Amino acid sequence: MALLKCEKLVLGYDKNIVVQNLNFEINGGDYLCIVGENGSGKSTLMKTFLNLQSALGGEIITGDGLKKNEIGYLPQQTVVQRDFPASVWEIVLSGNLSHSGLKPFYTKEDKKRARENLERMGITHLKNRCYRELSGGQQQRVLLARALCATKKLLLLDEPVSGLDPKVTNEMYSLIKELNTQGITIIMVSHDIAAAVKYASHILHIGNETFFGTKEEYLKSENGRLFALQDGGDE
Amino acid sequence: MAEIFSKLSMYFEYPFVRYALIAGTLIALCSSLLGVTLVLKRFSFIGDGLSHVAFGAMAIAAVANLTNQMLLVLPITIISAVILLAGGKNRKIKGDAAIAMISVGSLAFGYLIMNLFPTSSNVSGDVCTTLFGSTSILTLSKLDVWLCVVLSIVVVVVFCLFYNKIFAVTFDENFARATGTNASAYNLLIAVIIAVIIVLAMNLVGSLLISALVIFPALSAMRVFKNFRAVTICAAVFSVVCTMLGIIISILAGTPVGSTIVGIDVLGFFVFWAIGSLGTLRKA
Repeated sequence: MALLKCEKLVLGYDKNIVVQNLNFEINGGDYLCIVGENGSGKSTLMKTFLNLQSALGGEIITGDGLKKNEIGYLPQQTVVQRDFPASVWEIVLSGNLSHSGLKPFYTKEDKKRARENLERMGITHLKNRCYRELSGGQQQRVLLARALCATKKLLLLDEPVSGLDPKVTNEMYSLIKELNTQGITIIMVSHDIAAAVKYASHILHIGNETFFGTKEEYLKSENGRLFALQDGGDE
Repeated sequence: MAEIFSKLSMYFEYPFVRYALIAGTLIALCSSLLGVTLVLKRFSFIGDGLSHVAFGAMAIAAVANLTNQMLLVLPITIISAVILLAGGKNRKIKGDAAIAMISVGSLAFGYLIMNLFPTSSNVSGDVCTTLFGSTSILTLSKLDVWLCVVLSIVVVVVFCLFYNKIFAVTFDENFARATGTNASAYNLLIAVIIAVIIVLAMNLVGSLLISALVIFPALSAMRVFKNFRAVTICAAVFSVVCTMLGIIISILAGTPVGSTIVGIDVLGFFVFWAIGSLGTLRKA
């Protein structure tokens, strides 16, 4: 049984159809990269996964006992967060809310989980620092730790490296890969096709032509060859 | 100094002064709690907009000769708050424009009604009282004070119980929503609480100056403190201290209560701003 399966999915907003007839499935432990041009519907697909938006047609089926509140999410930064007075600890703890229901306060396990994820992301020393004073890479680690508090199974990442310098970008990618090898399924929206090909196990390319398959299949496909060619040209 | 104290203790003999101090402190506490959330959500003007709605509702209540105006003013303000805050981002008219629209609309409507159906000979005096709360805090009845106490306790308790959720929804609404928190419900809760606070605060500072009670404590605390809990606590303390000072000064000096409180808030903001700047200078 697949963790997540899309059948004949139609995506769009305000009745404008962006993507038609999308079919693919993700199994536990996969690392899926969603690539495509601007406006091709990557973010819309992400929002549909997260129930922030409903699909215009088709359906998303979750399997393997994946519940709606077991998805971790690393969003793009918002304007509000840039001057938000919050400590790293407060933010990471807030990831626990997805499974705390109506309980008003955090439990001991919540706190333990938050501490573990701080450790996992290597940011324990930043625990009491103010979020807005951290560097871009550190902020992403904080948000990742929060997402890990919300899930043990599936992590959705929306452009996790945008705005980061090359060194930090590489660190971020290896961190994500490490989480994947620990058994967490990754779905990542990215512009960075080179990295997608390097790290992912599966690729979903949306745009004029939709492609879904393993990384190896992608490299052999029309689109993939085109990108491989461009990438080679750059170097 | 001794003279001031004896004057104060003389004033505290009067029940209306004690009522004013109790109600004022509670209102200040409540308004500052949600101020942080509203400022961060870019909704600073919501207080202003809603207070104008409350002004319009008050005018209707006065014309209709209702004995307890709260009964009409509170529901109307709550409904407006829900429409403004909980409508979400998908509306055709964006947040600030909607607030401006509702706010000036109801202000004009309220003034119009008050003039068309005057309940007393001094229309401009009535309007001035509603807008700037000039004396209403000193004319509170026992019932008003009790209502104020009960509503304030409810607001504080609800805020404490949902503190973590309010934090999550304020910091990152999409994440909260995506991971299964019912963000719309919490937005609704925030909207209702803010409406209650505004109706309460109208007695204290009048409808034009309410935003000050919401914004200044939050902004001042944010100059100095760097985490959400500290900012919230500091804003509450700031608000209570400024309001008590304001009420006492206005009693001693005979100045209008509302504007004195807001004046102290402004002063306090500059003090905190200076402290905050000093802190960053020392670090650099």
